[in-house]
Amino acid sequence: MSGKEYRTITDVKGPLVFLEKTEPVAFGEIVQLRLTDGTMKNGQVLDTSDDMVVVQVFEGTAGVDLGSSVKFMGDVFKLPVSKDLIGRILDGAGRPRDGGPAIVAEGEADIIGAAINPYSRQSPHDFIQTGISAIDCCTTLVRGQKLPIFSASGLPHNDIALQIARQAKLKDSDEEFIVVFCAMGITAEEYNFFRSDLERTGALENAVLFVNLADDPAVERLITPRLALTAAEYLAFEQDYHVLVVYTDVTNYCDALRQIGAAREEVPGRRGYPGYMYTDLAMLYERAGLVKGKKGSITQFPILTMPGDDITHPIPDLSGYITEGQIVISRELHGSGIYPPINVLPSLSRLMGGCIGEKTTREDHKSVSDQMYAAYAQGRELRGLVAIVGEDALNERDKQLLDFSGLFEDKFLRQSRDENRSIDETLDLCWDLMQNISTKYLVRLDQKWIDKYHPTEKK
Amino acid sequence: MSDENGVIYRISGPVVTATGIRSRMYEVVRVGHEGLMGEVIELHGDKSVIQVYEDTSGIRPGEPVVRTGQTLSVQLGPGLLTQIYDGIQRPLPVLEKTMGTFIERGVDADGLDLEKVWDFEAAVSVGDEVAPGAVIGTVQETETIVHKVMLPPNHSGKVASIESGSFNVTQTVCTLEDGTEIQMMQKWPVRTPRPYHQKYAPDTPLITGMRILDFLFPLAKGGAAGIPGPFGSGKTVTQQSLAKYSDAQIVVYIGCGERGNEMTEVLDEFPHLIDPNTGKPLMNRTVMIANTSNMPVAAREASVYTGITIAEYFRDMGYDVALMADSTSRWAEAMREISSRLEEMPGEEGYPAYLSSRLAEFYERAGRVETLEGEDGSVTVIGAVSPPGGDISEPVSQGTLRIVKVFWGLDAGLARQRHFPAINWLSSYSLYPQSLDQWFRDNIATDFPEIRTEISSLLQVEAELQEIVQLVGSDALPVDQQLTLEVARMIREFFLQQNGFHDVDAYTGLEQQYKMAKAILTFQDSAKKALAAGGLLEDVVNVPARTNLMRDRFEPGYVDRVDGLVDEMNQQIAAAAEEN
Ligand SMILES: Nc1ncnc2c1ncn2[C@@H]1O[C@H](COP(=O)(O)OP(=O)(O)OP(=O)(O)O)[C@@H](O)[C@H]1O
Ligand SMILES: [Mg+2]
Repeated sequence: MSGKEYRTITDVKGPLVFLEKTEPVAFGEIVQLRLTDGTMKNGQVLDTSDDMVVVQVFEGTAGVDLGSSVKFMGDVFKLPVSKDLIGRILDGAGRPRDGGPAIVAEGEADIIGAAINPYSRQSPHDFIQTGISAIDCCTTLVRGQKLPIFSASGLPHNDIALQIARQAKLKDSDEEFIVVFCAMGITAEEYNFFRSDLERTGALENAVLFVNLADDPAVERLITPRLALTAAEYLAFEQDYHVLVVYTDVTNYCDALRQIGAAREEVPGRRGYPGYMYTDLAMLYERAGLVKGKKGSITQFPILTMPGDDITHPIPDLSGYITEGQIVISRELHGSGIYPPINVLPSLSRLMGGCIGEKTTREDHKSVSDQMYAAYAQGRELRGLVAIVGEDALNERDKQLLDFSGLFEDKFLRQSRDENRSIDETLDLCWDLMQNISTKYLVRLDQKWIDKYHPTEKK
Repeated sequence: MSDENGVIYRISGPVVTATGIRSRMYEVVRVGHEGLMGEVIELHGDKSVIQVYEDTSGIRPGEPVVRTGQTLSVQLGPGLLTQIYDGIQRPLPVLEKTMGTFIERGVDADGLDLEKVWDFEAAVSVGDEVAPGAVIGTVQETETIVHKVMLPPNHSGKVASIESGSFNVTQTVCTLEDGTEIQMMQKWPVRTPRPYHQKYAPDTPLITGMRILDFLFPLAKGGAAGIPGPFGSGKTVTQQSLAKYSDAQIVVYIGCGERGNEMTEVLDEFPHLIDPNTGKPLMNRTVMIANTSNMPVAAREASVYTGITIAEYFRDMGYDVALMADSTSRWAEAMREISSRLEEMPGEEGYPAYLSSRLAEFYERAGRVETLEGEDGSVTVIGAVSPPGGDISEPVSQGTLRIVKVFWGLDAGLARQRHFPAINWLSSYSLYPQSLDQWFRDNIATDFPEIRTEISSLLQVEAELQEIVQLVGSDALPVDQQLTLEVARMIREFFLQQNGFHDVDAYTGLEQQYKMAKAILTFQDSAKKALAAGGLLEDVVNVPARTNLMRDRFEPGYVDRVDGLVDEMNQQIAAAAEEN
């Protein structure tokens, strides 16, 4: 049945093409369209029955007419996988974009990806040092975690992602990550920024790029991350690599999803996004982790921009419900010139508890992190009060906390784009800053750590 | 073509339409060349609409559909405990063995190990009349749990033969005079509640060891509770805490559309964690169901039914069972997804119009009952709810709150302040205290309910005072009100906050809870006296013995030291007053 061409298009709507009377076509089957002017397009079957087939066209339906022909390829979407992927740049549909040869496949993998058996998973527990104090101390990244950046337009999330990609390593280890980078609808300028940075640092040789840009077909974005994750799974679970998947921007992905939903006249969920968006995103985010008996791992670092800076928007909301924490970028901090402008208060790493401490980072890490967080939270709150009653009305404790919140941002958060702090440096810096608060107010610090680490009060 | 075999007409995601079979509603069918498992959910003339429990990519119209004549059922018998299943009761370890790390499709697996041999101990003799649900024998299923082998609900008669000995679950252990052969395994359709004699009003608390729950918002054994909260507010940590420490005899934990790693965590932890009630590993009493967010949605829809049927089965043995479903919102979304594929008329926010009745039917399967055998058994249901944007005005939260009697509302603001458990003490409620108070009076302290009332009204007063403080600062308040704020802070930081990950703090027995609450009220009394005697608030509240009292709860054996620590605090407070 595959290979046969049909000219039975009855309707074209948005990115969808409807056909009548074909041989039995498989659900999810890959489709090639030949337009009357000879242009080729690709698509995938979304609905199939004896009478009617619905195809989503990745490149959009511009130019498609009822005379266009449709060829069913007999199989679902597969990515040719091989170690040769490393160092390559592919487009959003998996074709070489770097002028290089086609990938010589060692195998083929279905891009939808089967679910990892929960029983076969292994809990992530290895500390990844990113060299960024705010992350390492307060929202520790763990190998095998899915930890998104919640950002918004105009904020330096790309710099942060790149800095992490450059600097991420296990403590006391030189083992490198393979970076799988997946661009979904970002601008050419953003992409060039990523690529030239990876090139400059030599990381490109150890990376695989899947690139769908803003002017590339929107619907193609629905497969780009699946290609990237399929490559990641192959490299991690067949080739034993530790893979760091960076994908940006999940918001563009979700908008493509919404477009398909609208074209199918589905009942929309919140803000017009499809009701199944949670499940759909989970099928990306859950492709992270470690599995028993395999050496490699997949750590995911998705980037999304919150429309209207609104964290309750369905895209960050549903993401937060699936991922293992989030790193929230703040417009306010960015506005006051702080890089990286990470707001640690709404940020969270859910796997942190199991990965920090004596054996992995340092014995005082938890205590220090709790104290830094609490003191900063209180200091920030006081800023509001000071705006009303003035600084003079504060008592001694509050004054110290208020000042500390400024230091926290200026000395702890702020670091340069190529500054790579070790976890020891980060924790020492914390102690250094906490000196500015008298120890009687540092109630979250265990006395034994004060005795051991406090710059002026240690014994 | 016979009525038994049909063909696929249409495939749309997890929903497949078949023609040529005369199936029944909720019948299980085999779909496609690979024989994927599906369930008939709608009939239209000669078309049967089927939800398929596995991924349907690559399946074509024209492939076969075969009836099985069965409705979606679970296998019940020894071997359920310690097991982890997917939503349709396929054991995940078996799936790993047959297909490796990733769950491929088209693989069948029995819920119970059919080969494994158990020591069956007969409990009835030849000639005995046995009624439906009668316990005919027992099996020591795990170290701590005796599995009672029951006559299936639709059988009764006189025992013709019965034998103790080693059997697997499909071998006949007993025959009735009418020739019926009874095996240890029985099957039950998941969408049908198992029968019992009658429901009782719950009168015993499910003791959870979480202070805010047991003390302020208690849940009854056989009751139902909802835990709504935005992402990251602590639903899973709370549910896992309940699975670890609550005094249920059996725990059924359903990971419904949530993270894979969270199930791994349970699998890693539970075999090593000791049940405070039996002193044996928690795994012994636990059945897990894991249909994570990326596993097929139709099986996610089924997972809560699979779980509750297993829970009812243990209830029928006379056990107190607690079931946690994390998260019921994902179950509701699975319903929504299937419903939208069926092109049903949507109700609110796209959910099917029958959402609230499905929720009600599910929670109705909770309850304390007299079993068919005349025993007392219960199923307590605790459902997490994940409202979009944390706003509980949405249909799943509202549908749940209309049914459950306990509402543990998680609060994003508290979570951000790292006040855990982030359960909002002002908006949460329990409608059980009335029926449970007698139990608390009889078993813990005669004034238990009164102490609870005092504590919660202090929190109420604090909320009102806080509004004033926002405007004028706390120094502007009269000193007695400043003391009230201090007492309320002690309630929050010493009593309500509880670290779910701390070896000692994670579980607090009721006696200790009561003593801690009393200690707070005692502090209030002595402080008041000291202030009246001329003490300064600053001195009174900062006596070191009070800090000790509060900090010491992290050390084991606290319950035995509280009284001494309170005495010490009283003395220091009195002394602080005298100094002035
Ligand atoms: N009782 C607790 N004690 C200590 N920490 C807690 C407690 N409850 C929650 N936390 C913290 O909050 C984090 C998130 O909790 P949890 O995973 O239970 O959230 P959730 O409500 O289930 O979120 P989601 O809806 O995304 O699954 C935990 O990783 C932990 O850091
Ligand atoms: Mg959760």
